[in-house]
Amino acid sequence: MPDAAGLEKLAAAIGPETVLGTVHTDCRSEISVRPEAIVSVLAKLRAEGYGDLRSVHGVDYFPEEPRLCVKYEMLSRELLDRVSVSVRVALDDPRVPSVTPDWPTANWPEREAFDMFGIVFEGHPDLRRILMPEDYEGHPQRRDFPIGGEPVIFTHNESSVPGWFA
Amino acid sequence: MEVTRQKLDGLESDLEREKFRAKQMRARDMLRGDLDGKELEDYVQERVITSTLEKAFDWARGNSMFPLTFGLACCAIEMMSIPGSRLDIARFGFEAFRASPRQADLLILSGRISIKMAPVIRRIYDQMLEPKYVIAMGACSSSMGVFNNYAIVPADKFMPVDVHVPGCPPRPEALMHGIIELRSMVHDDPTLGWRARYSAYGTEEVVPKPAADATGVNVFGAGGTEDEVA
Amino acid sequence: MTTEARDLSGYRQMEESVTLSEESFVEGDRELLTLNIGPHHPATHGVLRLVVTLDGEIIRDVSPVIGYLHTGIEKTAEVKSYWKAIPVIERMDYLAYYFNGMGYCGAVEKLLGIEVPKRAQYLRVIHLELNRIMSHLVWLGTSALDLGAISVWWYCFREREQLLDLFEMSSGQRMHTRYVQIGGVAEEIPRGWEEKVREFLAIMPERADVYGDLLNKNEIFLQRMRGVCPASAESLRALGVTGPLLRASGDPWDLRKAMPYSSYEDFEFKIPIGTQGDNYDRYAVRLAEIKESVKIVEQALDGLPEGPYITEDRKVALPPRHELATSMEALIHHFKLVTEGMRVPEGEVYNAIEGPRGEYGVFIRSDGSSKPARVHMRDPSFVNLQATPALVEGHLLADMIATLAVMDPVIGGVDR
Repeated sequence: MPDAAGLEKLAAAIGPETVLGTVHTDCRSEISVRPEAIVSVLAKLRAEGYGDLRSVHGVDYFPEEPRLCVKYEMLSRELLDRVSVSVRVALDDPRVPSVTPDWPTANWPEREAFDMFGIVFEGHPDLRRILMPEDYEGHPQRRDFPIGGEPVIFTHNESSVPGWFA
Repeated sequence: MEVTRQKLDGLESDLEREKFRAKQMRARDMLRGDLDGKELEDYVQERVITSTLEKAFDWARGNSMFPLTFGLACCAIEMMSIPGSRLDIARFGFEAFRASPRQADLLILSGRISIKMAPVIRRIYDQMLEPKYVIAMGACSSSMGVFNNYAIVPADKFMPVDVHVPGCPPRPEALMHGIIELRSMVHDDPTLGWRARYSAYGTEEVVPKPAADATGVNVFGAGGTEDEVA
Repeated sequence: MTTEARDLSGYRQMEESVTLSEESFVEGDRELLTLNIGPHHPATHGVLRLVVTLDGEIIRDVSPVIGYLHTGIEKTAEVKSYWKAIPVIERMDYLAYYFNGMGYCGAVEKLLGIEVPKRAQYLRVIHLELNRIMSHLVWLGTSALDLGAISVWWYCFREREQLLDLFEMSSGQRMHTRYVQIGGVAEEIPRGWEEKVREFLAIMPERADVYGDLLNKNEIFLQRMRGVCPASAESLRALGVTGPLLRASGDPWDLRKAMPYSSYEDFEFKIPIGTQGDNYDRYAVRLAEIKESVKIVEQALDGLPEGPYITEDRKVALPPRHELATSMEALIHHFKLVTEGMRVPEGEVYNAIEGPRGEYGVFIRSDGSSKPARVHMRDPSFVNLQATPALVEGHLLADMIATLAVMDPVIGGVDR
C-alpha cells in the first residue's frame, strides 16, 4: 500500500483529468477515476510497476449515487505493493469499458460483476451470466434485491408463516 | 429371517382361532397333496414363494446398495471418508459407488443445491431405476441450512427424500447412522419411507400384467391391482 | 410412466449459455465433436461442467460452465453481523476453511485497526498450515483416484482423519471449525494437543515419502503427468493464476514470503518451485509443500509464546467466562457483542493471504454498522479455473482429466 504522498504521485502520473479523487486510510489506497478512462488508467499503472490485476469487485453503494462501483485490485510484485482503482457508474447507465482484452484474468470476475450487479462491460468478449441460471431475472447482490429464502418458523411466528398452519 | 410358531391359545378371539385353524387345515391338505390347480397355485403364491422371496429381496437390497458417485459441496468430502479405513462402509455393503445413475440405488445429496443445479439433480433422480432411495445429507439439502437465500433450494421441494441427516456438515458417523436407518427401513418394508411420508401411494412402478393366456406363474407377486397389493 | 410430450423450447434457450466453438464443424473429411462433461461427472471434482470440442481425441476448445454450486454466501454475509458471518464465509472453499476465516478476520482486523496477540498469530499459523496439509492430502487422494491409483486415496484419507481429530480437539468440529476469530482465535488449545500435533508431525514427512514412492515409480502415473499440459509462468501470470499452479512453472511467488502476515516472517521455510511447468511439477510442488508446512508447524510449536489467545479489546472479543459472574461491565460487553455485534468503522479493505490454492483475497466494505455492506471473496479456484482452456487446448482428452485433477479447483470456492 503506497503512503499518502506515493498515492498522490501515482494519481499525478495517471493524469489529473481522469482522476476523480483518492482515498488513503490505514488499510487502503484507492484512486477513483472516470469510468471511460479505466483501460488507459490500468495501462498507466502497469507502466508504474503495478503489473498484476488481482481481483475485480462489484459493489453497490445503495442509497448513495452513483450507485454501482467496480473496483480493481492492482498488485506490484516488484514494489510489494497494492493499490486499488475504482469507477462509479449510475444505475440507469451502468457501462464500463472492459479490461479483459488487456488483462485476461478479468474475464470471469467481470462476468460475475455483470451477473450480480448488472454492470455492463463494453468490449467484453463473452458477457453472459456466469453463476446464476441463464434465464434468471434480476441481479441478486444489489442491495435492494431481497435476500430470498424461506422464513424460519419459531413459536412466535408459526401462525403467520404461510403454508404451516394453512 | 425367522420362522415363528404361534400357539393356538395365544389368539384373542374365537374368530381368529377359527381362521388360524382353517389355515392349518389348508396346510395339511397341501402337504397331503390334496390341493391342485388354481387352489395350489394361490396357496404357493400366498404362503411359500412370495413372502419369503420378497423378504430375501429386501434383505439383499438393503445389504448391497450402490450409492451414486455424486458430490455437491462440503458434505461430499465427509461422504468421501465413509468408504475410508476408519468407518469402512463396506461392512454394510454400501461401498460400491457407481458413476452412472442407471446403476445406482441410492442418491446422497451431499451439500447445498442451487437453483441452477436442482433440475440436473431431478434429472439424475429420474434416470435412476426403481427401487431408489435418497439421503439428504446436511442442513443445506434438507432445509437450506445457514444459507437461507435466493440461490438455494431444499431437496424436498423437487424430489422425495427418504432420510435426512442433520449436521453442517454431518460427521461421517452421522451419515453412517442415516445409512443404517435406511438399511433397516429397506429390510423392514421397502415401501415405507418417502411414499408413506408423502402419502404417495400408487406411484410405484408397476410391472405390466402378464397376458391372460400366459402359462408362467408370476412368482414376484408384483403386477397385481392396487387392492391385491394392499 | 407418463408419456406426455414435453415442451423443450425453453430448455434449448437455457442451453444458450454454452459457448460452442467458433470453428466450422466439418473440416475436409474430419468432423468436430462437441462433448458435454458434467455437471455430474466423477472426474470433474464436484459440479463443474465442461463443454469440450474435440477433433478426434485432440481438444480444440473447452469452455467451463460454472455456477452449479452458487450459494449466495456473499449476500448472506451482508445480513449477518461481522462475527456471525465467519461460519458462512468458511463454507466457501470447503477444503480451506481456516484460510477463508483468516482472510475475512484479517480484513476486519485491518478495518478495526486492532493488534492480534503474538500467541494468537502463532496458533493461527499452526492451524493454517495443518489445514494446508489436509487440503493437499484430499487433493492428492482424489487426483490419484482420477488417474486410477486408488490405494493412494486410502492412505491420504487415513492421515486426513488424524488431522481432523486434531481440529476437532482444538475447536470441536471436524470441518468448518470457526477457530479463527476476529482479534485472535476462538479458544485456547486444549491440554495434550501439542503432543498430539507433534506425534502427527513426526510421521507426516515419512508418509509423504510413501505417497511419493507409490506414485513416482508408477509408469502409468508418470506417463500421464510428465510433460503433459505444460504452461509458462508468463502466460499463467497474465491469467491471474496463483499458488502451486504458478509456482510449478518456476515463479516463486508466495504471499507468505513476499508480504508476510500473521508472523510468517518468523519461520524458516522454502518455497518449492517446478522447472517444466507440467503436471508432474504441479504434483511434486504440492507434495513438497506438505513437508514445508510440517516444518512451519514444528517451528511455531517450538516458539509458541505465552500470552492471551485473543485481543484484550472487549469491544471485539468476548470476555472470559469467569468475569461474567463478577463484572457488570463484562456482562454488558458480552450482551452487546452477542446481540448486536461489533461496530466497524466505515471504510474498505482488501486483505490477501496465501492459501493451498493461491491468493485468498477478501474485500469488505463497511458502512459503519455492525453488518458488512459488501463482502467479496477473490477465490483462487475461481481465477485459476479460467486457465483451463489455455492449459489443455491442443492436448488429449484424457490429459484434460489429469490436468483438471492437478489444478485442484474446489467448486465451492469457484461458485461461492
